[in-house]
Amino acid sequence: MEQQQEVATRPIMTPNDPKDAAVLCRGITKSYGSGETQVKALRGVDLEVRPGELLMLVGPSGCGKTTLISVVAGILDQDEGECLLFGQNLSLLPQHERVRYRGEHIGFVFQAFNLIPSLTAAENAAIPLLINGIPMDEAVQKAALLLASVGLEGREHALPSQLSGGQQQRVAVARALVHSPRLVVCDEPTSALDQVTGIRVMEGLKKLAVNNDRALVIVTHDARIFSFADRIAHMNDGAIERIENNL
Amino acid sequence: MNRIALKMLFGDRGKYLGIITGITLASILMIQQPGMLVSIFTMTYSFITDVSLPNIWVMDAKVQQIDDSKPLLDTQLYRVRGVRGVEWAVPLYKGSQKVRLSNGETVMSNLLGLDDATLIGGPAVMIKGKLSDLRIPDSVIVDEAGANGRLAKPAAAPGEHATPLKVGDVLELNEKRALVVGIARAQKTFQSQPIIYTTYTRAKVYANSERKMLTYILVKAKDNEPRETIARRITQNTRLAAWTAEEFKKKSLNYMIYNTSIIINFGFVVLVGFVIGAAVTGQMFYNFTLDNLRYFAVFKAMGTTDQTLRRMILLQALLVGFVGYGIGAGAIALFAMIMGNSNGPSVNLSWQLLLTSGCAILLIVLMSALVCIRKVLKLEAAVVFKG
Repeated sequence: MEQQQEVATRPIMTPNDPKDAAVLCRGITKSYGSGETQVKALRGVDLEVRPGELLMLVGPSGCGKTTLISVVAGILDQDEGECLLFGQNLSLLPQHERVRYRGEHIGFVFQAFNLIPSLTAAENAAIPLLINGIPMDEAVQKAALLLASVGLEGREHALPSQLSGGQQQRVAVARALVHSPRLVVCDEPTSALDQVTGIRVMEGLKKLAVNNDRALVIVTHDARIFSFADRIAHMNDGAIERIENNL
Repeated sequence: MNRIALKMLFGDRGKYLGIITGITLASILMIQQPGMLVSIFTMTYSFITDVSLPNIWVMDAKVQQIDDSKPLLDTQLYRVRGVRGVEWAVPLYKGSQKVRLSNGETVMSNLLGLDDATLIGGPAVMIKGKLSDLRIPDSVIVDEAGANGRLAKPAAAPGEHATPLKVGDVLELNEKRALVVGIARAQKTFQSQPIIYTTYTRAKVYANSERKMLTYILVKAKDNEPRETIARRITQNTRLAAWTAEEFKKKSLNYMIYNTSIIINFGFVVLVGFVIGAAVTGQMFYNFTLDNLRYFAVFKAMGTTDQTLRRMILLQALLVGFVGYGIGAGAIALFAMIMGNSNGPSVNLSWQLLLTSGCAILLIVLMSALVCIRKVLKLEAAVVFKG
């Protein structure tokens, strides 16, 4: 309840110029395979995500949610259409610049956490900083501060195997935010967690990740967390069927 | 990211140790076998190296290598001395004789008869006694390995140790008395038999069953002409084979190479070492990379460049290569140290061998790394979104 009130009072930047959108996709198509085995994963998707917004992509399995966030995050190239990220068309950038852009401006939270088992919580959370060339000690120190803000104070030196599922996902949240990205992409962040833990992770994510300069795109099946969204985009068969305003 | 790469490597302790073990075993095979082969090769001509003063060896024309004894008549010595360019020439007897130990066992030993006047051909390093003590009646000098090993006095009772031979002890050499007057250090020979030095005249007494006794004529060439020229002249004038020391070493070595399958046998083991090392290491390193593929995909998705990924994998490969090779080379150095004190062949650890085997290990780890790098670079980062 308290959470919903917070969401309702937070202003969302509504761009006048399409270049001011956090994510602006027009006519995105993407197919896998060729000939008779070709599968059309995206069939002309239009999507806009505004700065300061938390948008959820929902829909049945295989509807193209994961493909869409892969395109949005510059991991996959679309076949047709245009996708701008804060006005930048990633598909026009050379490969190495696109990789660098991703490292600097995008944070990721994965369904399976994907924490490196041999690294401590702080080292795992520090990875984006290391990728951006920050020295190890400085990066770990900064990551430890962020871990404290997601409620993992004193657990900086714990290995993933010594953490619960909820704690691991909070480390993953810290990892996604440690380098202050402009876009955070989350893939089923609560599907491996129980309800209480999932809600806690979402609360932490919303509190820390959403601000006027940053947008969140969350792919989820988990209806328990729909209330955290500003808008919900319903996908089906490679297209967005409708967008529901949740404010 | 380098530290992350190393932590990933050390974190999977089982695979890390497995890869290290594979490289260590490959290193051991690739260092020990060629090292031992070189040692054996060196032993084939070690006696020629030991006898350093003369620079031409004269022998029967049919002699093929240093241990191939075909004695000459003593009169041949005078013919050689008469050849132009020969500064001096002395006789040398070299043959196998039986030494009877106090427990009745017999040990075949190399008996060397040195020129009575000059004692040329004697050991370079005396540990106990003096070379000139060979002028004492019935005297012999025994090499250190033989004195401590096969010629040591047998244990008096079961459970006790044999006592090393010392100056003053008496041997029974071909049923004749031989008084030990010195212990010398000699290079190991291929036959690994104890070496007994005495004078040429006394050697003829110890080996009196043989009609011809002159095994080699040791010649010092005058300095005003190439020694090869003088050697050819000796052959021309006497119809005996005459080789410079270097030529004779090469001839003995070639005999070993071309008349035994030693190169093939050792070479095969080295090849097996390389192949097993490459297969085991490559497979385990590849498995390690496969196990971490998801995390490499995470790195890619998060913005790690291909160059950084390449560097991480190369670092992991080079580290396991370095550690495995270090352990392998260290183990062989220890083995060589232990074997150095025995009668058998040791391991000749030259820098060339270490460099070559190091390069082979480097090749193995680089090949493994390249396969893994290819796999990781071809990896689609979007797999991170698949649960």
